[in-house]
Amino acid sequence: MSATDRRKVINKIVLATSTLFAVIGIFFLFWILFVLLKNGFEALNLSIFFNDGAPPLSVEELEILNKSREGLELSEFEQEELSWIEISGLRHAIIGQLMLAFGATLVGVPIGILAGTYVREYGADSKFANLIRDLSDVMMSAPSIVIGTFVYAIVVSPTGGFSGYAGIVALAIMMLPIILRTTDDMLGLVSNTLREAAIALGAPKYKMIMQVVYRGAKVGILTGILLAVARIAGETAPLLFTSFNTNFFETNLTEPIASLTVTMFNYATSPYEDWQQLGWAAALILAGFVLGLNIVGRVLLSMKHISTKKIFKKRKR
Amino acid sequence: MSSYALKERVFHHLTKFFAFLVLFFLVAIFVVLLVKAYPAIEAFGFDFLTDEKWAPNLGIFGGFPAIYGSFISTLIAMLLAVPVAIGIAIFLSEVAPSRLKSPMGVSIELLAAIPSVVYGMWGLFYFAPLMRDLVGGNGLGLFTAGFILSLMILPFIAAITRDSLNTTPQILKESAYALGATKWDVIKDVMIPYAKAGIIGSVILALGRAFGETMAVTFVMGNVHNVPDSIFQAATSIPATLANEFNEADTELYYSSLFFLALILFIISFAIISLAKFHFLKRRKKVSDRKHKWHKLVKQWRRK
Amino acid sequence: MEKEIIDLEVKDFSFRYAGASADSLKKINLPIIKNKVTALIGPSGCGKTTLLRSLNRIHDLYPGNEYRGEVNFEGRNILSADEDLIHLRTRIGMIFQKPTAFPMSIYENIAYGLKLQGIKDKTVLSGRIEKALKGGALWGEVKERLNDEADALSGGQQQRLCISRAIAVEPEIILFDEPTSALDPISTEAIEKLIMELKDEVTIVIVTHNMQQAQRISDYTAFMYLGDLIEYGETDKIFNNPDEELTKQYISGQFG
Repeated sequence: MSATDRRKVINKIVLATSTLFAVIGIFFLFWILFVLLKNGFEALNLSIFFNDGAPPLSVEELEILNKSREGLELSEFEQEELSWIEISGLRHAIIGQLMLAFGATLVGVPIGILAGTYVREYGADSKFANLIRDLSDVMMSAPSIVIGTFVYAIVVSPTGGFSGYAGIVALAIMMLPIILRTTDDMLGLVSNTLREAAIALGAPKYKMIMQVVYRGAKVGILTGILLAVARIAGETAPLLFTSFNTNFFETNLTEPIASLTVTMFNYATSPYEDWQQLGWAAALILAGFVLGLNIVGRVLLSMKHISTKKIFKKRKR
Repeated sequence: MSSYALKERVFHHLTKFFAFLVLFFLVAIFVVLLVKAYPAIEAFGFDFLTDEKWAPNLGIFGGFPAIYGSFISTLIAMLLAVPVAIGIAIFLSEVAPSRLKSPMGVSIELLAAIPSVVYGMWGLFYFAPLMRDLVGGNGLGLFTAGFILSLMILPFIAAITRDSLNTTPQILKESAYALGATKWDVIKDVMIPYAKAGIIGSVILALGRAFGETMAVTFVMGNVHNVPDSIFQAATSIPATLANEFNEADTELYYSSLFFLALILFIISFAIISLAKFHFLKRRKKVSDRKHKWHKLVKQWRRK
Repeated sequence: MEKEIIDLEVKDFSFRYAGASADSLKKINLPIIKNKVTALIGPSGCGKTTLLRSLNRIHDLYPGNEYRGEVNFEGRNILSADEDLIHLRTRIGMIFQKPTAFPMSIYENIAYGLKLQGIKDKTVLSGRIEKALKGGALWGEVKERLNDEADALSGGQQQRLCISRAIAVEPEIILFDEPTSALDPISTEAIEKLIMELKDEVTIVIVTHNMQQAQRISDYTAFMYLGDLIEYGETDKIFNNPDEELTKQYISGQFG
């Protein structure tokens, strides 16, 4: 019986250890989350959304600014100073980030969906289709900084400079395998009877795909797009030497474009306190955007799950 | 009718072309990096992998410190993250009260989606000062980088491991309990063997991620091209070197050496990811089929 | 007639699933006779599997389930809160609807329960494993390949493996939960034959949907309906001359 008793003790020890590990791991993860929220919200104010990058403030200027934000009374000199202070914001980076993400989506999504369509609808289980699936899996996990160096070599070098377009190309390349694989998987969930019914009505295959299969997989593909956008929106490395960065509001994609991620990196590693604060604000905005997309994607998927379940139940009755 | 046939052909070939792009890009990345790295390959050859000196002003480039830093920081990250992540997975799948399971599971998954640059910032402003107080120095270096990497991959490994553990059929667990097994017996003898391929696959995939991760590391590596005596001293890694120096490179050889590093990173990552995806994360059936075939082969061979 | 010993006694036993508003089993009274086969029959949802799963308290894996009443075994009520479930389950084994070979070799599958009890000696293990596989009528088919993965066996062989695994730890009672419902007729016949041989060594409780099966292999039959035990008695009597009208209707196939 002692063997059984020993097992019981070991059981308790191991389960307690796993709980302890869970607590430690979750402690650190929540610490990060807490720091992000605290510093982010402290740094966040409306002026961030209306101002672009400006030179860092001196210690005295920052003091005056903080005083005025806290509603403390300012001396005449301080008020005079305040009117001269140029406040840095993130408008340029937010707009730049949106342009880059939107541009990459515009390029990457149609290509990815069509490529995924080939893999599922035409390639099916062929060697080529399976090769593309496997390579997409690999490409999805490839280090993003390598994609950055690649795009630097094929776009930035030949065109003679950093540009928004180069950033879009880098992000679109990253999106391609993600969209391809989700499209592939989601099309696979569409039942074959739907396809057969469309073909039986005399529809050519491309019409069957566009009118029937895409409709059946609509929600799934949309979720895939959201998650892919969330994924690339958080990327810094591929932008460092493609779209680069700028402190100015720039909408011309042939010029360097600011992004939240690269701005964060530059501001956080700077020695200036106001820039560091802006870095946290950027981090919060970015994390909010990425998590928001993730949550919307999940909700969409779970809604779909429930509705198919309901349909299934009704049919059963 | 023929217009349909034409459209069908156009659609078919268009989709095929886009699917082909994946193959094209992977090959193109390799070729372009190789071409760009060629001057450095020509100048340093394979010694680049072992040379410790990196002196841009003298035109001397050795990749060893960066390669070493990548390997060691990844190793530290894996040593810290794997046991904790598996502990979390076991907790989420078997120990946690059922009303905690789902919210905790979802928050772990969401944490996996937080951009790595945020982890890097936390590391720079909170963890590095802590390390400075604890072990001295400037708080930057391989251990700090490895620790932050471990936090970054922790939710990822935990989420996949939990999913793999949860694929164990309930009836299989019950039949182990019915033999008098404890919870831990069931986890170690039934669930982990059942989920083994998925767990190992996720760990190796996380290894690939950690190895290629840039932003979580660049903040806290210290960015010094030397091979440190201790893991608490400043060092560098391949992605950190690229992130810091790519925009500063002023000679062709400098650029080329950075591309050489990128090429090395690409090849190693490709190898790690392929191992995870093709060997471990294939459907379970196939793995066991392969195993049986292997057993049969061994037996046939023995009989001879 | 030989003397009947009650091995397991179910007394005023009620069971309620977590979160449910009504009892799934209502005041069940049932004796399980030693070295006999007792069959639990009844339509789906009658509670026969719920009852079976109460006897080794496998329900305890899921929190919130509620037992009331008594199940007496070896002189104690196994429903009590301080019952040692790990020990209990080595005394009362269980076979499931589907074969549940563990992801290990045939040898390791059988050795598993023994190792849990601390038996490590190789020769002892080998002896017990051979005995168990012979008892499970599988020895002849697998003795040449004990180190093969268990999932390479056919469904019927896997189920006999599970039976061997259960008898290896020498339990007092084995609970069978529709053990042949996933098997073909030939495998089913082999399992039925095996169950009848096993009762010399162990007491058997079997849940089955198949009334012919209950008739073929059991000594006693309990008919359950909507959580109540309607009638219990010798199998011949239940199937040929039941007291209750409901039993008569069920065995004549009027519902179920």
